Amino acid sequence: MCLGVPGELLERLEGDPPLGRVAFGRIVKEVCLAFVPEVRVGEYVLVHAGTALEVMDEAEAAELLQTLARLDGDLP
Amino acid sequence: MKYVDEYRDGEKAKPLVEAIHQAVTRPWSIMEVCGGQTHSLARFGIESLLPPAVSLIHGPGCPVCVTPVAILDQALALAARPEVIFCSFGDMLRVPGSCQDLFQVKAQGGDIRIVHSPLDALALAERHPERQVVFFAVGFETTAPANALAAHLAKRRGLRNFSLLAAQVRVPPALAFILESPDARVDAFLAAGHVCAVMGLAEYQPLAQKYQVPIVVTAFEPLDLLQGILMVVRQLEAGRAEVENQYARLVRPEGNARAQALMREVFQIVPRTWRGIGTLPESGLGLRPAYADFDAEIRFGLKGVGGVESSRCLAGQVLLGRLKPTKCPAFGMECTPEHPLGAPMVSAEGACSAHHRYQPASSNPLLPAASAR
Repeated sequence: MCLGVPGELLERLEGDPPLGRVAFGRIVKEVCLAFVPEVRVGEYVLVHAGTALEVMDEAEAAELLQTLARLDGDLP
Repeated sequence: MKYVDEYRDGEKAKPLVEAIHQAVTRPWSIMEVCGGQTHSLARFGIESLLPPAVSLIHGPGCPVCVTPVAILDQALALAARPEVIFCSFGDMLRVPGSCQDLFQVKAQGGDIRIVHSPLDALALAERHPERQVVFFAVGFETTAPANALAAHLAKRRGLRNFSLLAAQVRVPPALAFILESPDARVDAFLAAGHVCAVMGLAEYQPLAQKYQVPIVVTAFEPLDLLQGILMVVRQLEAGRAEVENQYARLVRPEGNARAQALMREVFQIVPRTWRGIGTLPESGLGLRPAYADFDAEIRFGLKGVGGVESSRCLAGQVLLGRLKPTKCPAFGMECTPEHPLGAPMVSAEGACSAHHRYQPASSNPLLPAASAR
């Protein structure tokens, strides 16, 4: 139920509340952007029940993958 | 898909698994709160990668599973009314009420629509002013913002034919209840990532302090879950009890302030009955008096409607982590996903359904080499 899917904002659409076209792989859907009005085209949002709940933080995502890489290096 | 595939890399899992093995010196019980995490742990066979001293306990974070029979019976009564278009997420349709389920009502002519968003239900209400559209508002704090938005827009647009049957639940009171119970055996929690994307970390600090349990907000992909488990066992082994955030790429410490503000405008904290568990104070969200016109329970006079649950289903014990799904006498016998006795066998996120679907794990799809250990 709390399933959320990350998708890329392709385009902002006119509307109240604001809407956007979001790509999940090759599937594109209209998503409500009321809770993330500051999101920019090209950024990724986490979508749940037709609404974007939050914007993905690219730097934090990279940091996690680097942590995993460091962990790999630490081990014999 | 970006933000998914890179967290399913089996090669990257190896060092995490090794680090968990190196960190663990004593037995620990870790509860993953969210049904989405339960599903992922079963699907990727993660339990088989962990040291035997680490047990994973499946938590109550499956809204389909905890929605009480009484509210399901209200849903069934509403869906059977000729003037009603009853809208629900798909996984609620096979959950047994006291006599039948929503699919049976649909087969008997009830106008039941599966929607992906409460905003789809709102659009139906605008297209069908002659009908009453009811949305079955189940879910945790993840789902509450979208439901609040639907009610807010309905009020602003003056819709008189849209209402919510509210069965919203909150995570923190359930964790407190589990920790307070006399046979509590949870040493730490993997908190639900998407709930915390909305609510942030603040509600979890007092729990970690009061009960001295580590709480790590964790995402849903296999590498995320392994890293969350590693963070938890490092805290446990060091005697720390802090709130940490594994899901920093999405979860901000303060959560989403806009979503929280709208939730506060539309909902108030209420007691809620959890299926198989009982009534927990402050564990639900109900519509505020200012939104009473959009409350299906009031609009259709449903207070007091509703029956009792089957005593053959031990879901409450499973949801509290006291019983492994496979140890239930009905598991796979009189209770299967096709013919469920209780809700945890219905939803893909239910612990019983996840175990039934993915076990026994003959091989681990994520990391075959390590599972042969």
